[in-house]
Amino acid sequence: MGKKLLLKDDHIAGIQSYDVYRKNGGYASVEKAVKTMTTEAVVEEVKKSGLRGRGGAGFPTGMKWSFLAKPPGIARYLVCNADESEPGTFKDRYLMERIPHLLIEGMITSSYALGANTSYIYIRGEYYYVARILEKAIDEAYANGWLGKNILGSEYSLDLYVQIGAGAYICGEETALLESLEGKRGNPRIKPPFPAVAGLYGCPTVVNNVETIAAVVPIVNDGGDEYAKIGIGKSTGTKLISASGHINKPGVYEIDLGVPVEEFIFSDKYCGGIRGGKKFKAVVAGGSSVPILPADLILKTAKGEPRLMSYESLADGGFATGTMLGSGGFIVMDEDTSIVKNLWNFTRFYHHESCGQCSPCREGTGWMEKILHRILDGHGTMSDIDLLWDIQGKIEGKTICPLGDAAAWPVAAAIRHFRSEFEEYIKNPKSIKDVKHYYRLNNLQSA
Amino acid sequence: MKDIRFSEESMALVQRMMKRYPEGKHKSALIPILHIAQAEFDGWLSPEVMNYVASVMNIQSIEVYEVASFYSMFNLKPVGKCLIEVCRTSSCWLLGAEDVIRHLEKKLNIKVGETSSDGMFTLKSVECLGSCGTAPMLQVGADYYENLNLEKVDALVSRLKSEGKRKTYTDLPEPRTL
Repeated sequence: MGKKLLLKDDHIAGIQSYDVYRKNGGYASVEKAVKTMTTEAVVEEVKKSGLRGRGGAGFPTGMKWSFLAKPPGIARYLVCNADESEPGTFKDRYLMERIPHLLIEGMITSSYALGANTSYIYIRGEYYYVARILEKAIDEAYANGWLGKNILGSEYSLDLYVQIGAGAYICGEETALLESLEGKRGNPRIKPPFPAVAGLYGCPTVVNNVETIAAVVPIVNDGGDEYAKIGIGKSTGTKLISASGHINKPGVYEIDLGVPVEEFIFSDKYCGGIRGGKKFKAVVAGGSSVPILPADLILKTAKGEPRLMSYESLADGGFATGTMLGSGGFIVMDEDTSIVKNLWNFTRFYHHESCGQCSPCREGTGWMEKILHRILDGHGTMSDIDLLWDIQGKIEGKTICPLGDAAAWPVAAAIRHFRSEFEEYIKNPKSIKDVKHYYRLNNLQSA
Repeated sequence: MKDIRFSEESMALVQRMMKRYPEGKHKSALIPILHIAQAEFDGWLSPEVMNYVASVMNIQSIEVYEVASFYSMFNLKPVGKCLIEVCRTSSCWLLGAEDVIRHLEKKLNIKVGETSSDGMFTLKSVECLGSCGTAPMLQVGADYYENLNLEKVDALVSRLKSEGKRKTYTDLPEPRTL
């Protein structure tokens, strides 16, 4: 229990550099895969591991890989999604910055498994300095024969590039990412065809999150069965959790899936409890898109069982009483947090980031932001709550990509669990000013 | 008007970038090249600069405009030497981003979206920069400034002012190898 797989070497000085990384067992998965395994065997290990996409959707990686079309004579691509933009999520930045070679190694092993000879890491533009760290690592990998022609004397060749974005949350959606990688606006594509059939430049393509690709390294080294022993049920392996908000110890934690939520929030091993001795109010467990849950429902399911940090347990009860693991962006809020103001903050985000292709999302996110603004301005009416509910319901499931859902879910969940706060603001607008929605100036200065 | 032309070094980099993609797919290099152009031509993309990029890449100007106008990191209006981008989302907001923004507005005597009269600073509030565990934070050029408090903000502004240099996303200590 508690063995780290991705961040195990995080404490080693100089692990960013090739020499230190290699000395600590780096690139063993490439050696093992290229020298001793067929491409099918690597895919099989990933299937056995039960690894699920770490970007947010949680789709089984091995299955995604096995969908990749392989028409003869057509190039296939592996694209790493390093566009990490989901509010509350910063694990990929941490991993790339601290152990860049782990991602490079994972890219080589995974590209080999998929038969891709050109691969790209698409990284958000704001992470420009991280892109430079990755490029340096790629240069070192080329210089030491892990990239380029005939890797380790085999028939296999691979070129790997870092592609920089320029600021757009939507490019984390895989087809928008591919559009952006082709030098266009990040407008998601209508599916099907799925990228596995027609992705980058119309060729079969797999898009995987940074953490997913990194997890392929221990899976190939130790075998899929070993990896599957960690975790609980269909939530196998370890997961990087980005913990932030009103907690004592924000940061990135690698946990075995299945750790109780209560332990994660209050144990000194992880978040270390709520800051300043305040009471615990709510959690957004998997990045801003997933439903917010009040303290009682995040600690225990509606059935009264302890809630665990796993795909299944967090989703227990559906959206009525549950949420999602999502990207693992774990945002904790204390008793002083205004749920309505927080929701306005999230909704402003989705309005800003909507690509504008689909009317329900383009218009609906703007309307929701305006209505929330009206309530916070002291001019709300009771019917505004129903109007918000109505709009979110008319966005969900009615757009090309999941950004619409991601904008709708937080609104629905805030009304579902905290309706009385909306009502209080509307009945008594004077109470709005009294809400301490963030740390006051004094606290900030002493932070 | 200043002649719009990439430096020799940048031009070599641009040419190299366009060759990273399969035959006929060099438009993929547009976003990286726009970053280089923005850094080289005063921190923003004027219509003239965009037309120039289109001619270098042998694509239509409209293909450049539609991309430049989609992504938030491309400035379509002039900006100050230092573009201060304060994260305003979620955890940063919970932990005092509004205080940081208000403090900067007062200190620089401008509102969000404006440029100081000396042309040194432009203030912008941006969506999540992936630094939630070290909130509140802001970005200037390639650099992240995290775990902010108001004294740190003051110290940063003073330092940037005394340096007086333009900051861009691309200026990093390591030479460009893209």
